[in-house]
Amino acid sequence: MSAFEVLRFAVRGIGANKLRSSLTMLGILIGVAAVILLIAVGNGSARQVADRIEALGTKTLTVQGVGGSGVLTPALAEALDDPVLAPDVASVSPVTSTQATLTYQGTDHSVQQLVGSSPSYFAASNSPVGTGAAFTADDVAQGRPVVVIGRTVADELFPGVEAVGKEVTVNGALFTVIGVLDEKSSASGFMDANDVAIAPLTAVQQALTGYGPLNSIVVEARSPEKVTDAQSQVSLILSQRIPASTASNSQPYRIQNASQLLQTQTETADTFTTLLGAVAGISLLVGGIGITNIMLVTVTERTREIGIRKALGAPRRVILTQFLAEATMLSLLGGGLGVAAAFIGSNFTIVGVRPVIVPSSIALALCVSVAIGLFFGSVPAHRAAGLRPIDALRYE
Amino acid sequence: MTVLDVRTVTKVYGQGAATVHALRGVSLSVARGEYLAIMGSSGSGKSTLMNILGCLDIPTAGQYLLDGVDVSRLNDRQLALVRNRRIGFVFQSFNLIPRTSAVANVELPLAYAGIKAGERRRRARNALDMVGLAKRGDHEPNQLSGGQQQRVAVARALVTEPALVLADEPTGNLDSRSTEDILGIFDDLHAAGRTILLITHEEDVAARASRLIRLVDGQIVTDVRQQRVPA
Ligand SMILES: Nc1ncnc2c1ncn2[C@@H]1O[C@H](COP(=O)(O)OP(=O)(O)O)[C@@H](O)[C@H]1O
Ligand SMILES: [Mg+2]
Repeated sequence: MSAFEVLRFAVRGIGANKLRSSLTMLGILIGVAAVILLIAVGNGSARQVADRIEALGTKTLTVQGVGGSGVLTPALAEALDDPVLAPDVASVSPVTSTQATLTYQGTDHSVQQLVGSSPSYFAASNSPVGTGAAFTADDVAQGRPVVVIGRTVADELFPGVEAVGKEVTVNGALFTVIGVLDEKSSASGFMDANDVAIAPLTAVQQALTGYGPLNSIVVEARSPEKVTDAQSQVSLILSQRIPASTASNSQPYRIQNASQLLQTQTETADTFTTLLGAVAGISLLVGGIGITNIMLVTVTERTREIGIRKALGAPRRVILTQFLAEATMLSLLGGGLGVAAAFIGSNFTIVGVRPVIVPSSIALALCVSVAIGLFFGSVPAHRAAGLRPIDALRYE
Repeated sequence: MTVLDVRTVTKVYGQGAATVHALRGVSLSVARGEYLAIMGSSGSGKSTLMNILGCLDIPTAGQYLLDGVDVSRLNDRQLALVRNRRIGFVFQSFNLIPRTSAVANVELPLAYAGIKAGERRRRARNALDMVGLAKRGDHEPNQLSGGQQQRVAVARALVTEPALVLADEPTGNLDSRSTEDILGIFDDLHAAGRTILLITHEEDVAARASRLIRLVDGQIVTDVRQQRVPA
């Protein structure tokens, strides 16, 4: 019999029992779709984390004081901006931050973070100004009460009105809005990246926080590759400037860099993906058991059929090829539909995550499903094809 | 000319205490064109003998020559060829492939013989026409009565035009009308010179044959040539 003939027989065999065929296909479909989709969800959430951290800036280092030690001062920040000792540092921004309530014509808005800093902070923190302008070094030097607000703040205080040029009170002190930041993507649930206000360090200290220690110093490296160099230069200067406290051996400050943060977060996301993959693997296994069950139920019927075919003069090889072709077709069809279902499903947001399909997971799921289909489809056929026709006919 | 030559064939099922001697040294020689009926009580070994003759089973001991060839020397491929070209087997329980149309069932042996689809369909329709089921070709087995199913099975056995037709109680599950239909077909085949072996319980069915064998406990007790009694 020709290959085409064998395929026709296989199609007829599949069509002869539509319910069984579709149940088998459904099992494979669900397994394959689940594996691809769950891995895509894990992958998507990993991407999301990476994007979020990248939005912080991969070029930045943050120096933070540890345990209320007031070692971070504006003078220290100036010392870090040293082209000789720290050639890979592009800019240094002293940061003091506080919570504050902004009021405009009786409307209150409590902003999550009011940052006092220098003009370099806008670039370092990836916060470009959309409308209006950022404040200047001169504004910082003069301590002018001007403020640049985030998108959320602008929407809350000035719905439908141009914000630039308006005067707001910040915890009672009068500030002029001179700019609004571009909208930032803020996928994370608990922090709204657009709910900020940025003002000159001196103005914030003068009106709100007083001249105490800084909260942090944001250091921008010349390029993402130079971050580690910049970090060692910064820590060298800091260790010279700040004598390790005699009481304890611990450093009174901590340097964090975005790529380290990215790494730990990515590891967490990978664990998540692995977990989801395991769950999906289990569902594929359950699908496989379902297929086995269906196949076992029909072994009697199929064995009889094989007996009949052999009695009519079908050689062993032809029977095997037919059953293998049937099993392959079923599992490929089911697997293909599963891939299609996964692609359709990946267009929807699942538990707040936009799935991103991993190509290798498609190959993996398809291979496993075809292997399952082939194995469970061919084992009974193999055994039955080896039986004497009369034994296959009598099979109970 | 001898078509079947069975030499002291025995068949033993099972082992130890469960051993059953289904055939105890059966010798039989059938010439071309004979119409042979096999009778015997239930469990006397009729089906066992028929399955061996149809190359569906192998004897425990003894020799079986089909057209002068020792069947035990044939490999799987050659056996498949013999079943396909030389023998048409009709089962008591029809053994049609379920959820498959009558004409597709009849086509099967032709497909295994490597005949092209168009030719196959034409010959299958002819065979169905011969058994009077030309209009039922597209029906599936469960849409046919027992008699009709058996006629489809007979058509399937005849479609390759085998020299030897083996029928194991073909009318055992049928009413008298359907029985008459099937026997009529066998009469025609006999007239056309085919060799027919038929197992039956009924004396009037056996009376249609030209030779009658009786089996008791796996042995042939009578073997007589007889005057055929046409319907
Ligand atoms: N597959 C088998 N396994 C064990 N014993 C069998 C088997 N087939 C038939 N027998 C036994 O062999 C004997 C002959 O059976 P069979 O040829 O079917 O009888 P008949 O067709 O004449 O009624 C019976 O006793 C039966 O129980
Ligand atoms: Mg019997």
